[in-house]
Amino acid sequence: MAAPPAVAAPPAVAPPPAVAEPSDWDIPALAPVPRFGHGSRVPGWDDAVDLTKDPAVVPDPATTSVPEDLRQTIEAAMARYPDYHSASIPALHAAQGKYGWLSPDAIAQVAAVMRLTPAYLTSVATFYDMLVTTPKGLHDVFVCTNISCSLRGADALYEAMLVAAEEDDDITVRSFECLGACDIAPMASVDGDYVGPLETGDAKQIVDDLRAGRTVLEAKQLKRRPSADPGARAQ
Amino acid sequence: MKKILFDRIDEPGLNTLAVYERRGGYGSLRKALKMTREQVLDELLASGIRGRGGAGFQMGKKISFLPKGDMDKYLVCNADESEPGTFKDRELMQKSPHMLVEGIIIASYAGGIDRSFIYIRGEYSYQADILEAAIEEARAAGYIGERILDSEHSLSMVLHRGAGAYICGEETGLLDSLEGKRGNPRLKPPFPAVEGLYDSPTLINNVETLSTVPHIMRMGGAEYAKIGTETSTGTKLVSVSGDVKRPGNYEIELGIPSREIIYGLAGGPPDGREVKLWFPGGSSAPVLTAEDLDVPYDFDSLAKAGTMLGSGAIIVVDDSHTVIEVATKLAKFYAHESCGKCVPCREGTNWTVKMLARIDSGEATPMDLDIMASVQTQIIGNCLCVLGDAMAMPIGSMIEKYRPELEAYIEQARERAGSGALADVVALGVADEHAGPMPVH
Repeated sequence: MAAPPAVAAPPAVAPPPAVAEPSDWDIPALAPVPRFGHGSRVPGWDDAVDLTKDPAVVPDPATTSVPEDLRQTIEAAMARYPDYHSASIPALHAAQGKYGWLSPDAIAQVAAVMRLTPAYLTSVATFYDMLVTTPKGLHDVFVCTNISCSLRGADALYEAMLVAAEEDDDITVRSFECLGACDIAPMASVDGDYVGPLETGDAKQIVDDLRAGRTVLEAKQLKRRPSADPGARAQ
Repeated sequence: MKKILFDRIDEPGLNTLAVYERRGGYGSLRKALKMTREQVLDELLASGIRGRGGAGFQMGKKISFLPKGDMDKYLVCNADESEPGTFKDRELMQKSPHMLVEGIIIASYAGGIDRSFIYIRGEYSYQADILEAAIEEARAAGYIGERILDSEHSLSMVLHRGAGAYICGEETGLLDSLEGKRGNPRLKPPFPAVEGLYDSPTLINNVETLSTVPHIMRMGGAEYAKIGTETSTGTKLVSVSGDVKRPGNYEIELGIPSREIIYGLAGGPPDGREVKLWFPGGSSAPVLTAEDLDVPYDFDSLAKAGTMLGSGAIIVVDDSHTVIEVATKLAKFYAHESCGKCVPCREGTNWTVKMLARIDSGEATPMDLDIMASVQTQIIGNCLCVLGDAMAMPIGSMIEKYRPELEAYIEQARERAGSGALADVVALGVADEHAGPMPVH
């Protein structure tokens, strides 16, 4: 009787590696989500938590220089309300109108006049779509991409508008929620002027008109549009 | 039908005081100031006019809820018209701003209010300029200010421009925004009639409601109540948009068949297309199908049909669009506009967008529809305001009414993405008939 071998002989063939059977119901791999520092999906998510910094206080009016016209506009707005806090949106509008966007300096100037902390005003400015805390162009083009406009081709219009204004840093194109002009869908608000109904071909004309300083799409301005209700005209 | 709000609305120069007065403007104010506050309020109560902004609450009752006494009271006109599909206030303010100003003065007299604000959305800069000029004209003519037309009534009026936030159309969100804060809605009660702007009693009404007030005073409340149906009195501006031939604002008598508005006035969907679904009262209203086109257009009939009149915005979707496309647009809008204060709304809107994207990318199974529907029911009634409900109601109604189409879409999307046929997944027996693949993320 032969002694058993001290060591088991290695198997002649290695077992196949454990690989899951590929099946046709596997979900295809998703594209990786873009990540910023610390693995966050939100850029600058930790900007405000620099604990080494003291909290910002109300800027000292003696050291914060505010242009006289801006100061007067803000003070006039504050005087219109029983509580001066109510003027924060008009004041931020005024500063944005002057500087183009709400830079930390612009917010500090408003804060100095209103005697509020920059943090308070930043919290207000970041809540509202029309107040912008990142640099933007001189001209705003808001393309409405909400339901009524998108049913009539607003998404294509938005794409065309982006392409038409691609080269121009002065023109900032944004897709916007319902602008309240679904009767001229698809439409856009160009520096506050409503124009529509637009076709993708109008995008270039809008950019050209803005560059030339003309009224944008004269024939498609909402201002000139009569009421749709036939009864309103007949009487 | 004789137009009331839209009577010769396109007359050139109607936005100026001279033309408005020539047409009898501010006559209702003179008439009202000769009556007592109680008599004016009685006229408004007799008219039965219901709020035109969305909730449909009786305006006269709202005024009567204001406490009596000499405390500071405010009137805030809600001109933050942001409900998708709604654009009636824009046309009113642009073409006949004095009608609104006059209405505010009369309503403030009825409520014993001496300070008023108009909160207009920031995007309406052209309309705000017109309104500001109108207020200035009215002030110069003595209609606004101390002791108006030698009566005991005084009123100040301030136009406040918003900065682009849908939530500021919600009355308490609007008040917070008007106080210079982020527009987060407040807990109710206390209702604004008790504790509103600057913690004082506040009357909040929509532009269209207030613009109707001069006409109620002119005609008399009882006469106005004869128009429309018994519980939905008067005329209503309806904004028709989407897939129709003649989108626009139409003034209708409440109670006419919806078909008459969509097909008669707005011309119906483009040639060769059929109405697939329609929103009767802005994008927040549960959707109706082509079978519901004969529902009378008034507050109670639409409520009976399981939806609401809302802001009076009809959005028509024809059969060239998929339900998923409409639902995704809506969900994205509400997710963007949710202020983030209440968790069910903030997370519910966000996850609904993700689930809809999952359907579109071919990863979903019909079980996702059940999950999505349950998310909607968990939003409704669980937040401070109705923004979340405003998404949950239309999305929930779409899942309920278009389930076969959505299931077919899921199947097609899976095929497109190569995710495998649904039948194979179900055959794996992972769960019941709505089984899906186990989560892999």
